[in-house]
Amino acid sequence: MTYQPQADFGTPVSNADEMVTLLIDGREVTVAAGSSVMRAAAEQGTAIPKLCATDMLESFGSCRLCLVEIDGVNGTPASCTTPVAPGMIVHTQTPRLQKLRKGVMELYISDHPLDCLTCAANGDCELQDQAGAVGLRDVRYAADATHLGQAKDLSNPYFDFDPAKCIACSRCVRACDEVQGTLALTMAHRGFASKISAGLASEGFLGSECVSCGACVQACPTATLIEKSVVEIGTPDRAIVTTCAYCGVGCTFRAEMRGEQLVRMVPWKEGKANHGHSCVKGRFAWGYAQHRDRVLKPMIRASIDQPWREVDWDEAITYAASELQRISAQYGRHALGGITSSRCTNEETFLVQKLVRAGFGNNNVDTCARVCHSPTGYGLKTTFGTSAGTQDFDSVDDSDVILVIGANPTDAHPVFASRMKRRLRPQNGRPGARLIVIDPRRIDLVRSPHIAADYHLPLRPGTNVAVLTAMAHVIVTEGLVDQAFIAERCDADEYRDWADFVSLPRNSPEALEPVTNVAAADLRGAARLFATGGNGAIYYGLGVTEHSQGSSTVMAIANLAMATGNIGRRGVGVNPLRGQNNVQGACDMGSFPHELPGYRHISDDQVRGLFERDWGVTLDPEPGLRIPNMLDAATDGSFKAIYIQGEDLLQSDPNSRHVAAGLAAMECVIVHDIFLNETANYAHIFLPGSTFLEKDGTFTNAERRIQLVRKVMSPLTGLADWQVTQRLAQAMGLDWDYSHPSEIMDEIARLTPSFAGVSHAHLDVAGSLQWPVNAAAPEGTPIMHEQGFGRGKGKFVVTDYVPTDEKTGPRFPLLLTTGRILSQYNVGSQTRRTLNEVWHDEDVLEIHPVDAEDRGLKMGDWVKLASRVGETSLRAYVTDRVAPGVVYTTFHHPETQANVVTTEFSDWATNCPEYKVTAVQVSPSNGPTDWQRAHDAWATQSRRTRYGDLPG
Amino acid sequence: MTHLEKLVMMANQIAQNLAHEPDPAAAAAEHIRLFWDPRMRAMICAEEVAGLMPTAKAAVALIRPMA
Ligand code: SF4
Ligand code: SF4
Ligand code: SF4
Ligand code: FES
Repeated sequence: MTYQPQADFGTPVSNADEMVTLLIDGREVTVAAGSSVMRAAAEQGTAIPKLCATDMLESFGSCRLCLVEIDGVNGTPASCTTPVAPGMIVHTQTPRLQKLRKGVMELYISDHPLDCLTCAANGDCELQDQAGAVGLRDVRYAADATHLGQAKDLSNPYFDFDPAKCIACSRCVRACDEVQGTLALTMAHRGFASKISAGLASEGFLGSECVSCGACVQACPTATLIEKSVVEIGTPDRAIVTTCAYCGVGCTFRAEMRGEQLVRMVPWKEGKANHGHSCVKGRFAWGYAQHRDRVLKPMIRASIDQPWREVDWDEAITYAASELQRISAQYGRHALGGITSSRCTNEETFLVQKLVRAGFGNNNVDTCARVCHSPTGYGLKTTFGTSAGTQDFDSVDDSDVILVIGANPTDAHPVFASRMKRRLRPQNGRPGARLIVIDPRRIDLVRSPHIAADYHLPLRPGTNVAVLTAMAHVIVTEGLVDQAFIAERCDADEYRDWADFVSLPRNSPEALEPVTNVAAADLRGAARLFATGGNGAIYYGLGVTEHSQGSSTVMAIANLAMATGNIGRRGVGVNPLRGQNNVQGACDMGSFPHELPGYRHISDDQVRGLFERDWGVTLDPEPGLRIPNMLDAATDGSFKAIYIQGEDLLQSDPNSRHVAAGLAAMECVIVHDIFLNETANYAHIFLPGSTFLEKDGTFTNAERRIQLVRKVMSPLTGLADWQVTQRLAQAMGLDWDYSHPSEIMDEIARLTPSFAGVSHAHLDVAGSLQWPVNAAAPEGTPIMHEQGFGRGKGKFVVTDYVPTDEKTGPRFPLLLTTGRILSQYNVGSQTRRTLNEVWHDEDVLEIHPVDAEDRGLKMGDWVKLASRVGETSLRAYVTDRVAPGVVYTTFHHPETQANVVTTEFSDWATNCPEYKVTAVQVSPSNGPTDWQRAHDAWATQSRRTRYGDLPG
Repeated sequence: MTHLEKLVMMANQIAQNLAHEPDPAAAAAEHIRLFWDPRMRAMICAEEVAGLMPTAKAAVALIRPMA
């Protein structure tokens, strides 16, 4: 398509059911009540000139360019602030209006540099457009006092701020307040002296509170705030809608292109997950796709101490297939396995699990969701019958009480966090939703502009189940249960057993306080608020799942939602915030060793038969190995070959030494990735991957929303990832013949009831679809369990608190918990290769001032972080954001290798690692540890090629 | 921790977390059957595995004939 900016209706859509009919320029138009006259005109196709209005923001009425005449109304009201009324007669274009508008425009232009021809926004500037629209031909005012000499602020790595071009419309300020919720910008002074500033003048954007979401840049009608990439490359000439490949929010973007060059990613206003908003990662951090570190040719080597040898695709695929076949013949088919990636598309993931099941002949397939949300799958399937969150994101608009546990949305799910924050702030006379945060750290949400949590329960890491059971105790013993909901929707006997259990005195907040460190009075207050505050919604993340009782915690959350009747309508529900872009999809696609696509157990003869007939093979009815089991089996000698698509096991999985030993014990490690990641140091075959910009397919976000990923440029390696897997399958004798990912989706739909109505063509028309999409719900299912649970009756499960075996003691007195931050993404292989490094170029250890002082540590000191399994070193960041006794770090940088210290303790039901609780000691240090030095040396040596070293 | 020690720990965890099921040993056995690869089941079903808690031991006895 040729380049068209996104349509702008001037003011936000009204959701009123009532419709109003009016006359605009003699034409009848019917719109929702509450719409502005400007919006009504725009919907009819009449663009009223405007500058301060845009449909992402509430109307403001400051520029006076949008004046109209209305019969029976005095003067010339602003159309952006005037609501429609039945029978209203509006004129948008009269000589009087034209004169007034010209006058307004003249004032703006007189203080604006007239350098349109050399301006980066030339052709994509609303001021320019409006000057044309009002017919401005000359400017009568002398430009004696202007803003033209003001210095530019170029501090942000992705956008420039040129105050000389500012028209003081305040769209940027309002975008930062209303859309992003950071409130980083202010409009200083008034009238002619008005000036936008981010933080203190000396700080500029980079030093301010700004989180670089880009909302202000998108809102700015001039070139004042503009992407550096547009300044460098020029304005785009076409746009393709695609889906962000970072987090589970699943924002959709217009990839705005110039030829095959990506100019900018602009959040798509019609995107149902993000509604035109974005965060710094999706909006700006895509430079890794063209980074010089990308390996574009396949490489092989006979052993991992040899240098790599570049080969062509044919040789690489033939060699990989022959190695897999050799190992299968020598050690048996169960010695092979594969790992699907939550970073890849549904179609690619489906193919990898199909290759393992149908080609390798076993079920040794797992996915990186093992280490994040596998307990969600288990817990929600057990209690509700469906392994997925219950709501869409929009549902939060109807919540009255929001409970956030073990999640840090402002850092990890920023666009949804903005949405949640909007609901938490009072708005248009509606009080904000109440907020309960259960987290060992004081995450930003606890206190941010215009938001304060009613309760923050800073629990001791590892005691989620105890806290949730104590909340249930209060709700049951104080008679706050929704009896009618339970009677109608849940199994009565199971409910009684559960209620009896939680009512035991040992489960009271007072009895559990010594275990949880949560003040009983606060816990009671939070429980009462959740049960009685209206629509209660629970949002959770990896702080829930990555524990030895991760699955139990998910079930305890489900219990709480059922007991309070908070399931099955808007505003409520159980909402897992998924880490990676396609965690939900990877799980849906049968990436777990015990389940075929659609969460059906491999031992189910009927389901297996369905796949066997479709694929023309016999499938193994036994569950296969999970990732940690594969590594154990490798050190035992019974697991010898692995095909890893898009996951860095070595950096992301716990106890790095053990992972390294497992990988080193294998005879064939195939890494299929866009960079030589840490795991590739142990690989024999490297298959270069393609980025999300280079392929077609779908991702499924945390709301079960399936969205198209569209190819915007050709794969730099010549093959998209699905084509590589197909070539490998063909080389192993499978008769695959897909010519496009849409054919893979057709197969998924044919074999998976919840995807029955999904196809690329349907997605193209609908924009997105939330599964289940089937005969009963042909356009998808935004809210689950509205009539009944997937499994029939909701199941209450007794979740007794079982302390983790990872205990503090004199040698390891502190508890380490890990997480991530806004600008970096997981193991960082993408974001570290972007300018996001300016915000976070190393992992640091957060430690409470008291614990720091005990150890003689100051801010910025090098510290050694040691656990029972390993040690690493990094710098200290002294802060009371963490409680005494708790330390925290991120795992974005391979130099730190935070997972050298995490243990192999794991969730009892799913083996999801217990990343969130490690007993550690912290002590002063001089710099990197022996392991870090040794690892660094090994990585450098392993990246050798016959022609020289590869970048890492 | 050896692989077998790890499996024993996992079996004990499963038994502890399913302790409130009507028949905890049967529930733990079922869980292991549904989620463990046959070679893991074979390892834990070998004679003389030390360290299993009573329910876990009973669960292992239930799966042994099929391991
Ligand atoms: S980029 Fe986002 S956070 Fe920064 S000033 Fe603009 S709207 Fe605010
Ligand atoms: S920077 Fe742009 S959006 Fe902000 S006030 Fe100036 S012109 Fe308006
Ligand atoms: S919130 Fe997530 S999906 Fe949206 S732009 Fe940021 S990283 Fe991408
Ligand atoms: S667009 Fe209506 S007053 Fe500015």
